[in-house]
Amino acid sequence: MFEKSKIILFVVIVACGVASPYVSGINPYYYDILISIGINIILAAGLNLVNGYTGQFSLGHAGFMAAGAYASAWLSLRFGYEFGTSVWATTTAFVLALLAGGIVAAVAGLLVGVPSLRLKGDYLAIVTLGFNEIIKGVIQNAEPLGAQRGLGGMVQHTTFFWTFAFAALTVYVVLSLVHSTYGRGFMAVRDDEIAAEAMGINTTKYKVLAFVLGAFFAGIAGGLYAHFKQFIHPEGFNFMKSVDVVVMVILGGMGSTLGVCVAAALLTILPEVLRYVARIDALPEWLRSIAENRMILYSLLLIILMLTRPQGLFGSGAWKKKKA
Amino acid sequence: MADQLLELLQQIINGLSQGSIYALIALGYTMVFGVLRFINFAHGDVFMLGAFAGFYLGPKTLKIFGGGPSYAGAIAVLFVAMALCAVIGMVIERLCYKPLRDRPKLTVLITAIGVSLFLSNGGQFVFGAEPKSFPEIITDRLIAIPPAWGRISELTITISQVLVIGVTLVLLFVLTYIVMKTKLGMAMRALSFNPVAAQLMGININVVISFTFGLGSALAGAAGILTSIQQPSIDPLMGVNAGLKAFVAAVLGGIGNIPGAALGGILIGLTEALVVGYVNPTYRDPIVFGVLILVLLVKPTGLLGASEREKV
Amino acid sequence: MKLTLALGLGLLTLGFAGCNKSGPAAEDDAGVIKVGEFASLTGGSASFGQSSHKGTVLAIEEINAAGGVLEKKLKLITEDDQSTAGQPATIARKLISQDKIVALLGEVASSKSLEAAPICQQNKIPMISPASTNPKVTEVGDYIFRVCFIDPFQGTVMAKFALSKGYKKVAVLTDVKQDYAVGLAEFFKKHLVEAGGEVVREQKYSTGDKDFKPQLTSLKAAEPDAIFIPGYYAEVSLIAKQAKMLGITVPLLGGDGWVGDSLIKVAGDALNGSFLSCHFSSDDQDPVVQEFVTKFKAKYGEVPDDMAALGYDSAMILAEAIKRAGTTDGEKLRDAIAATKDHKGVTGVITLDAQRNATKPAVILGIVDQKFQFIEKVAP
Repeated sequence: MFEKSKIILFVVIVACGVASPYVSGINPYYYDILISIGINIILAAGLNLVNGYTGQFSLGHAGFMAAGAYASAWLSLRFGYEFGTSVWATTTAFVLALLAGGIVAAVAGLLVGVPSLRLKGDYLAIVTLGFNEIIKGVIQNAEPLGAQRGLGGMVQHTTFFWTFAFAALTVYVVLSLVHSTYGRGFMAVRDDEIAAEAMGINTTKYKVLAFVLGAFFAGIAGGLYAHFKQFIHPEGFNFMKSVDVVVMVILGGMGSTLGVCVAAALLTILPEVLRYVARIDALPEWLRSIAENRMILYSLLLIILMLTRPQGLFGSGAWKKKKA
Repeated sequence: MADQLLELLQQIINGLSQGSIYALIALGYTMVFGVLRFINFAHGDVFMLGAFAGFYLGPKTLKIFGGGPSYAGAIAVLFVAMALCAVIGMVIERLCYKPLRDRPKLTVLITAIGVSLFLSNGGQFVFGAEPKSFPEIITDRLIAIPPAWGRISELTITISQVLVIGVTLVLLFVLTYIVMKTKLGMAMRALSFNPVAAQLMGININVVISFTFGLGSALAGAAGILTSIQQPSIDPLMGVNAGLKAFVAAVLGGIGNIPGAALGGILIGLTEALVVGYVNPTYRDPIVFGVLILVLLVKPTGLLGASEREKV
Repeated sequence: MKLTLALGLGLLTLGFAGCNKSGPAAEDDAGVIKVGEFASLTGGSASFGQSSHKGTVLAIEEINAAGGVLEKKLKLITEDDQSTAGQPATIARKLISQDKIVALLGEVASSKSLEAAPICQQNKIPMISPASTNPKVTEVGDYIFRVCFIDPFQGTVMAKFALSKGYKKVAVLTDVKQDYAVGLAEFFKKHLVEAGGEVVREQKYSTGDKDFKPQLTSLKAAEPDAIFIPGYYAEVSLIAKQAKMLGITVPLLGGDGWVGDSLIKVAGDALNGSFLSCHFSSDDQDPVVQEFVTKFKAKYGEVPDDMAALGYDSAMILAEAIKRAGTTDGEKLRDAIAATKDHKGVTGVITLDAQRNATKPAVILGIVDQKFQFIEKVAP
């Protein structure tokens, strides 16, 4: 099984590579949505590791994405040309920038993970939120990063191939971990931390590992985003963005990687579908204006989802259990 | 030297008055958490609704008292807003939180985020996104400090600032009295210790929970009115930031602890004023969160919070 | 693992399916000219987006009522970017490739314009921003235009004015969350200092803030002759009120961001004695302006602000350009827009210069007795 999964991963990546040039030629709007889906999958799968499998409620994922986005964008802008102009050179520069962004984000994840060791539930949530604000604050005050004006001018290196290759890689890593002893460790921490400690499980290691990995992938997603939209702004990585990713994880069902991937895709497409709904003349005006106000629908979706199916689409029954 | 001291004193006054507003909102957060063990993210938006209640109902209410700004009229507006918000709070609880009472905390938290988003975006949809000018319900003036006090008379304090601090203190005492000395308060405390045991003792937890929410929301509504007197520009998103800061204040002080919430609010207000005045306003939010994180590292349950023993 | 396989196949299918789709065929709109608009209609910047949108819609309706352009009606396709980064790019792509617009109007926020501009440039679709002031916006390419001042001009205007009134020591209070304010402040400071003035102290705030007493206290202690506040009316109105409360009596100076209905309503008499530069004031007795104000009030029941006026002008300029070009062909339209000269807009007589920015005179208004009063006009 170990070998088989690696082969599948390889096949998927190659397939992405083959398809990429054809996909790039499609309608730019659909392309935009497709790339966004890929990026959101990476974000959601990473966050799922922290929230879903390890049970650490993190509300600051956008901060890690920002760290990766800005780090990779800055490196690209500053050093990108030094590599040369051949395809090999620019691609290498891009990938290196992405990985660097991921690492910067991972370091941020470490810094966030450490205080989390002593905190639980609501306290942890607000600390992660705080870190999101702090990261945003650092960026807003950093002139080389464009501060409040944003940072632009990145070359659009992100392609279908890179986005989905990394998405496949993220899913692969998460699933491999989860199905290994590490996974047992994560889930033990989620289910009952005290019992886990009593069993001799190093909960510190697992919590920090979850944060660091989740952050690393968020950083990669951020880098891909920066090199696709070609312009980034600190407000794009605020609390609302973090909530977006959390909703994907909740909708998908915490603890189900397939679920969150599907949810990520659905929630990326939903606003665009609503754009069309708002245009359909056949519908009554009030319905259309509600469709235009996507946030209202989004929040209603959230409430109804929690009331009716809190375990999400594919989630385990663990979230439905009533407390004794 | 005297100049700098004066500047510092003025900043402290600024911090105290802003801090009282955070404290007032934080009281509601902490109460709900204390009894129900969950953070009502929508609390900040109830604050916003209180301000809008004042905007729409204020002028009519004032007419009953003779038309113009007056203290009696202002108190009436305050009560109207508080009552309205209490009802809104109880409705939200009944519709969105009650069905989730037995679920894991996370579920309710997400629902609360949903309600918050719904209220703020709904507000933009219904009220319009542009800021509105809050009607004048009292004539706000500077308090003239007698020149005999020397340079202190150069400080500026307004009636509204004193009012906010005063009302916050009053409500703090009222709240503490209710929680500590009344039967309902005792029921609330029992509920916070152990909901099941409380039910076994014959406490109707639905009533108590509704009451708690109503009370907390009323406080948020009061904060909405008081804030708008000082800062008469209201908009549907005003609750988001204020709510977040108040939440931080409640956690800082020890969530579930009433004096703690007030303390937290004041601390946050002072920190903000000092950071903005002496350091760099763009670092204000990061530093406030930084302080929170530092405090939580040392005291994970907040400044005045009791250490929670987790039963195995 | 089955999962990865499933995902992989699913994505490939999506990918290939996407290849075959080229979007819905251009609707049967042979009789209309499609113009795109993107604005923040919801979210944190909604008050600006909604304003500029209202102005734009009014203009389009007026044009269509008068028979349209090139014998066709203009169809405005508006998309809400929800004040969220990442959306402008998606919207631009959609409007261009799906809806097949001939030009794009938007956005107010420079950061959003900067996101969409490269896409318009690449696709040779002209873009006219009503109110983005960051110089970088039009630097993206020759298909990108704007109908508002850019920071260097307005900042200099106010600096000159301040010095002319004898305010040599000026304190500056900037909204650091807004490109617009930061840019304006930068150029104000630069010119003030170059011409012999002094920036005695600087403070900052963020859009959405409600309490400015800490900043004002600090500025007051520096004893300035005047305070320059290049922000937006929602915050400025509160700043003025609180400044008065703190006993600050020196005049406040500002830019066109001050123009908004709630400015004086909220500030009351706290703004008496203050000045601002702008291109539009609803109290301007110029018949062009008054006509616009009347029509706007009739349609929306409120007084237009700067954003609405700029939204209106951006649409009007586009329509004029289409008429002059005689076609909606991208290149020719672009050239026609670039040739806009002495367009009698609501926000002034507009000429687009070689950098595709608007040159038009700035108007300095004073506030007396809670009303705007014309002081002087400053040519570029």
